[in-house]
Amino acid sequence: MTALAALIRRDVRVALRVGGGALIGVLFFLIVVVLMPFAVGPDLALLKKLGPAILWLGALLASLLTLDRLFTADHEDGSLDLIVMGRTPLELACAAKALAHWLAVGLPLVAATPILGLLLNLDAIATGAVALTLLAGTPALTFTGMIGAALAVVLRRGGLLLSVLVLPLSIPVLIFGVAASNAAVSGPSPFGTPFSILCALSLASLVIGPFAAAASLRHGLD
Amino acid sequence: MTLIDLANPSRFLTLAGRILPWLVAVTALVLAIGLYQSAIAPDDYQQGATVKIMFIHVPNAWLSMFVWGVMSVAALGTLVWRHPLADVAAKTAAPIGAAFTFLALLTGSLWGRPMWGTYWEWDARLTSVLILFLMYLGLMALWRAVEDPSRAARAAAVLTLVGSVNIPIIKFSVDWWNTLHQPASVVRMGGSTLDRAFLIPLLVMAIGFTLLFLTLHIAAMRNEILRRRVRTLQMLQASKSAA
Amino acid sequence: MRLSGNGLRCVRGGREVFSGLDVTAESGHAVAIVGPNGAGKTSLLRLLAGLLAMAGGSIGLEGGDPELTLPEQAHYLGHRDALKPALTVSENLSFWRNFLGGGKPGESDALAAVGLDRVAHLPAAYLSAGQRRRLSIARLLAVKRPVWLLDEPTSALDITGQAAFAAIMTGHLAGGGIILAATHTPLGIAVQELRIGGAA
Repeated sequence: MTALAALIRRDVRVALRVGGGALIGVLFFLIVVVLMPFAVGPDLALLKKLGPAILWLGALLASLLTLDRLFTADHEDGSLDLIVMGRTPLELACAAKALAHWLAVGLPLVAATPILGLLLNLDAIATGAVALTLLAGTPALTFTGMIGAALAVVLRRGGLLLSVLVLPLSIPVLIFGVAASNAAVSGPSPFGTPFSILCALSLASLVIGPFAAAASLRHGLD
Repeated sequence: MTLIDLANPSRFLTLAGRILPWLVAVTALVLAIGLYQSAIAPDDYQQGATVKIMFIHVPNAWLSMFVWGVMSVAALGTLVWRHPLADVAAKTAAPIGAAFTFLALLTGSLWGRPMWGTYWEWDARLTSVLILFLMYLGLMALWRAVEDPSRAARAAAVLTLVGSVNIPIIKFSVDWWNTLHQPASVVRMGGSTLDRAFLIPLLVMAIGFTLLFLTLHIAAMRNEILRRRVRTLQMLQASKSAA
Repeated sequence: MRLSGNGLRCVRGGREVFSGLDVTAESGHAVAIVGPNGAGKTSLLRLLAGLLAMAGGSIGLEGGDPELTLPEQAHYLGHRDALKPALTVSENLSFWRNFLGGGKPGESDALAAVGLDRVAHLPAAYLSAGQRRRLSIARLLAVKRPVWLLDEPTSALDITGQAAFAAIMTGHLAGGGIILAATHTPLGIAVQELRIGGAA
């Protein structure tokens, strides 16, 4: 337990210190959301309708694009070798790293949602619904994205390749996240159904992600 | 005392120590006068008491652009003259500029609530200020991303200058984008000539906020110089303990 | 305790690095793996550390903890120092002590042994290459592991650093430890040589 807590603490600390990527994620989220009205026009009624979708797309891109350093940074400085050799199962270590990433990057995205909701003319209920679905759904993004981050170490290529690998995997999360947010605002369908599926996706990714990431790291070390 | 003397960080520190108390006093005085005058200024016949937000909003909006100008001069200082204080000035101006820009946005949206019925309208001015705010944040992120300040300084200087060239272009594009989509229907400040009763408090507030920026900036520069000295001493300690 | 590898074969990128390689190391003894560049010194160490897949052969640690695998009982000191520049010296070390499951709390002894106790509060970014290497050596002291797998451990160290490290290795061997080190330079302790990759 101390080993995992130490790993989480270290990763969060590194993300928050100079050179860390914690705040870049929120900034990216902010910029993506601000760009949207320039593309669709400053029509508040339209933005209100598109708001949940825009926020979800922004959060999706922000959390996935910050993931590519999740394992490569540790691989480059040699830490990954020691993590693989350690007595802590690699699956748990991967889960701890992903959790730390979610704490440093995912959670700030959820926290920034109310402010961005204001920009998109969302009312309190809609903003709350989007924030809640992001809270439930961003772990799924991080934990599926982690598989791509592990592959980036194996393939020695990060960045865009990672997005190409991971973005298709995140489609279900996007569908149910936006569906649940819209259901809370306008939809005839209830909020509960898509939200439950979103939670289920998150829980499933909590299990699948670490195993897949650990497997690809183990076979890919060189 | 010439500019060359000021280039010496130690001399800057002594001078800053001597000036700062006076500057704080003058700033407080001018801001107090400005706030008092703003309070007694008459309400607008259209906007009511809401117009008084402008006494805070306009100086902040003015400073949001002025600070970028200060940073651009500092960026030139870094790139062209390699002035040792230039990157200190540029680095410390960014968070202060971001804070003023944020206040401009905040007061703008508080003003917009009774005027437009929403906190946010994609109005050309507010939108341009929002983009400026994002650019400040990006610049701060750049400063944070690089551990070595002198390397960060050059990158930030280039970005600042590119920004100063781009800001008018962005402003123009946003204006065009906005008028394309939305015929001017909202109440606008500054459309008509300002009454003297508004103009004088506004000017006093603008001077007060500019002085506030000056005070904060000099204090922040002093802190940054000291922080860099601590860093140098620590690195010295690290290399000494190796011997 | 006795570490033995029999008939080890290593393939990297489709190329056979070595095959039929035997290696043994007894408790209290150090083995220096020597050989020309590309002979597979690093590969052998990474194979033993479980960081490379074995293409053939077997590895065993007699007298070790039967519950644990060899990598879990070994320290690996590679070319890279496994340090985060943004964290302080003591934060770096205490992370590895906690993660690898070190016994005694407090990093000060290990840091003092490598002469870094006075810079414990500084970010690791301020350290020189030699100091970074010493900080990774402190990891070997902070967490007790019987087997040390060292890849060019003295490369960044100066003369005094090398002497201090020789003393640290002697202490480890005196406690019944095993050392396998890939090296081009003498380690300053009594070693058995294992020459791989032909005579050079």
